[in-house]
Amino acid sequence: MKQGSIVKVSGPLVVAEGMADAKMYDVVRVGTRKLIGEIIELKGDKASIQVYEETSGLGPGEPVVSTGLPLSVELGPGLMGSIFDGIQRPLQLVNQIAGDFITRGIDVPGLDHEKKWEFTPSVAEGARVEPGDEIGTVQETVLVKHKVMVPPDAKPGVVKRIEKGQFTVDDTVAVVEADGVLQEIKMVQRWPVRRPRPFKEKLPPVAPMITGQRVIDTFFPIAKGGTACVPGPFGSGKTVIQHQLSKWSDVDIIVFIGCGERGNEMTDVLIEFPELKDPRSGEPLMKRTVLVANTSNMPVAAREASIYTGITIAEYYRDMGYTVALMADSTSRWAEALREISGRLEEMPGEEGYPAYLGSRLAEFYERAGRVVCLGSDRREGALSAVGAVSPPGGDLSEPVTQSTLRIVKAFWGLDDRLAARKHFPAINWLTSYSLYADRLGEYFEKQVGSDYPKLREKAMSLLQQEAELQEIVRLVGIDALSPQQRLTLETAKSLREDFLYQSAFHEVDTYCSMRKQYKLLKLILRFHEVALEALEGGARLDQILELPVRERIARARFIPEDQVDSIDDIEAEVVRQMPKAS
Amino acid sequence: MLKEYRTISEVSGPLIFVENVDQVQYNELVEVELPNGQVRRGQVLEAHKGRALVQLFEGTRGMDVTQSRVRFLGRVVELPVSGDMLGRVFDGFGHPIDGGPRIIPEARLEITGSPLNPYARAYPSEFIQTGISAIDCMNPLVRGQKLPIFSGAGLPHPQIAAQIARQAQVRGKGEKFAVVFAAMGITFEEADYFISDFRKTGAIERAVVFVNLANDPVIERIATPRMALTVAEFLAFQKEMHVLVILTDMTNYCEALREVSAARKEVPGRRGYPGYMYTDLATIYERAGRIKGKNGSITQIPILTMPEDDKTHPIPDLTGYITEGQIVLSRELHKKGIYPPINVSLSLSRLKDKGIGPGKTREDHAEVLNQLSDAYDRGKEARELAVVLGEAALTPADKKFLKFADEFEARFVKQGENENRTIEQTLDIGWELLTLVPRTELKRISDKMAEKYLPKKDEASAKEATA
Repeated sequence: MKQGSIVKVSGPLVVAEGMADAKMYDVVRVGTRKLIGEIIELKGDKASIQVYEETSGLGPGEPVVSTGLPLSVELGPGLMGSIFDGIQRPLQLVNQIAGDFITRGIDVPGLDHEKKWEFTPSVAEGARVEPGDEIGTVQETVLVKHKVMVPPDAKPGVVKRIEKGQFTVDDTVAVVEADGVLQEIKMVQRWPVRRPRPFKEKLPPVAPMITGQRVIDTFFPIAKGGTACVPGPFGSGKTVIQHQLSKWSDVDIIVFIGCGERGNEMTDVLIEFPELKDPRSGEPLMKRTVLVANTSNMPVAAREASIYTGITIAEYYRDMGYTVALMADSTSRWAEALREISGRLEEMPGEEGYPAYLGSRLAEFYERAGRVVCLGSDRREGALSAVGAVSPPGGDLSEPVTQSTLRIVKAFWGLDDRLAARKHFPAINWLTSYSLYADRLGEYFEKQVGSDYPKLREKAMSLLQQEAELQEIVRLVGIDALSPQQRLTLETAKSLREDFLYQSAFHEVDTYCSMRKQYKLLKLILRFHEVALEALEGGARLDQILELPVRERIARARFIPEDQVDSIDDIEAEVVRQMPKAS
Repeated sequence: MLKEYRTISEVSGPLIFVENVDQVQYNELVEVELPNGQVRRGQVLEAHKGRALVQLFEGTRGMDVTQSRVRFLGRVVELPVSGDMLGRVFDGFGHPIDGGPRIIPEARLEITGSPLNPYARAYPSEFIQTGISAIDCMNPLVRGQKLPIFSGAGLPHPQIAAQIARQAQVRGKGEKFAVVFAAMGITFEEADYFISDFRKTGAIERAVVFVNLANDPVIERIATPRMALTVAEFLAFQKEMHVLVILTDMTNYCEALREVSAARKEVPGRRGYPGYMYTDLATIYERAGRIKGKNGSITQIPILTMPEDDKTHPIPDLTGYITEGQIVLSRELHKKGIYPPINVSLSLSRLKDKGIGPGKTREDHAEVLNQLSDAYDRGKEARELAVVLGEAALTPADKKFLKFADEFEARFVKQGENENRTIEQTLDIGWELLTLVPRTELKRISDKMAEKYLPKKDEASAKEATA
């Protein structure tokens, strides 16, 4: 490869000449310190390069060498439990090499190339395999059985040699012969981050991703393989929601991308996840989590790359047939990185200075989610759900990043800082949020949770709607203008808000709520409403109904542990018993 | 010998273009010597082949194109640091202005710093007692946190900042504590208030002060907070001190950033502020924290004045997205004569759960915090209702909450500028106030805590009578 030389340095953007042989998106090493960069524009023999590290001290005349390869990640055993920066450098290793502060020009591979893994073949010699087929497994962590697959770009053929044993990721674990050519299969695959990993076919989502968060699962569910966005002003609880989803979602693998956010938040995850137990296996959550951390003060170009690094890792596990959830916090910071680079390239800006291609880049990213039939002959299914936080400036949802995102994602959990100020968490506004999966998943809920479940949800939603209208009246003319029935509606809506929608992430029981419990809680609250309405019509007084001791039990029902969920039925019976009978 | 260039081709705002240069580096430090011998410093913003765009910290007034000489110094902006900087006052570029001796450096550090590896961070969890109830109980500050004060023009944020600087301590430990104070574009009077307050109370002995006044060069402000944080990092992570960094006023800093951006003819983001302002602010605020295995820490209290008290203005907005909460000052409370006028409902400390509880503050802290905040919110709702419908329309319970809200502001939030309350005193005041509402309404208080801490009715009323 010929060597180019720098002609301009402006922040993270470097322009080099003598680069006629280079290709778009090739990784280059910039300057004498060999900083890592990527070509993002070619004009004649001049290449514009976004540099993933701080460029202070870099000057014109310094050399630029192309590696001829696009920005890629290493995929293989050893990803789980790691924390990487935006270009897949393991931060733990960087810490050992460079100390507490991240210095420049550190070159470390994403995976540990020394470590030996116990490889167990799952096919015999002589078997026919095609790309995507599992040829063996490695117990990566207690929770994750890593499937070693024939790489997507290999040719189908016959396994000539495969053996059980201890191997590093660079060792050949199998040899596959295709048309007389011997292909060596290793446990590591390199994959360019900007290219989606291939699959056989895409399927529509059918099952919900149960998050254990009542407002999400009941009212605004997300499907396995679906997409959602969580926009909200600062202090409205975006990060807590993302953490809750990472902790409780019923998925096999979590990829968490901290994209331009706080350093302490990543530290929090690093400290908390190894201590938190996976609700199903009792093992530490970190054993099924990969973190990509590019905090706000780390180089801006690497932030742009970080979401691609994250989603490529997520796709890799999806390809094994796992259900994966990807959290990106926050996509606004990613968009800002895009804007900064675009500005330095002197491109014509679109809305608010964001490049005109913001929408298409976002769409490309979210389209990498989905439920798919994976490559390979066994037609296994994998799913990748993507949840992106959006941080709209001033909480104004009309801004370009939110609007571009809403055009793509199917579930919208709108956070409201007025709710947050009233300490209602999760502060998801039930009147503005929506999920296009609700109908599609209705059948699943009817079968798995309760046949009347969709009806209950509809009823609850309409009560909450009515509450908003009635409150308007109360504000204008006072509560006395309402009929007892209307006041009961207000009370029930309040109960829905406080005893169902409100959920404490920090309470050991309340933090997670199974579908069964959600169903029973919802039924309980609506049953009270129904019975009370009857009593009112039978002549009972409203204050009499509101003073029933059972209401206290309803309010405490969300604290009932999962193994005693049936006691909610007792409360329901109690409601009927205590209700004043028509005289 | 450094080459000198007399090839300035263009002067525009704080920027100059220098032609025919060789060997120029991005962010390199530059000196420009004016015909009258005056030397100004700048920094390379864009390094082209044979051409450099330089931003001058002290502005371009009096500069000419033909006579001024430019030298590229081959290094980025550095600050000589030393433990002897404690007790000293510097200008916005790190030169002593208190008439004291020159600093003999122990090290020269790049002022931009390097990002702290998230893996190396230790999570902030040690409670800092500021002696201010509205902060300590409702929005507790912990070591390594960055907690800004969102203020407005004319609100007493200097007093609050000075009070925090004076009173802040981690309880029960005699650890080395230092304050680094950076003033950006504030008036002489304001700066003088801080410095004389530090002198009066002796706090100056453990303080490093950087002052860039309103009439000092605007662009110098871009360097000032980084100077301050460079010293802070040195003191915290090499001298193992606990450093509190107060940056005031970040609004002036952002204005300076906008000025440079406009001069560079960059595509503006919201309200003319550059699109990279979030990243730029992050490189300042993220320099707070603790490191695993090191004793020192950096806690930041940046102060900013919200234009028109608007929280959605880009400066408070982007700040709020980076910092771990915010203390919001309220004009309404200030007008009612309440000092410190902290709006407890809008304020937030994101790290509060990690810093409170048994062993850190007191076991009842979380419950008191939640209950006070609930009750205060309800009281404020009742107050609003009373305005619309008249006090007669309130239910008996609402009336009690209304009374609570008034008392909460008058006795809990309000305190003297020199009143240093321990967290126990603060919590006890909270419990006393909670006797104003019926026990049945205290839903966030467990029986166990109520039994132990809630004053019995008659005791409380007796106390009230004597008070």
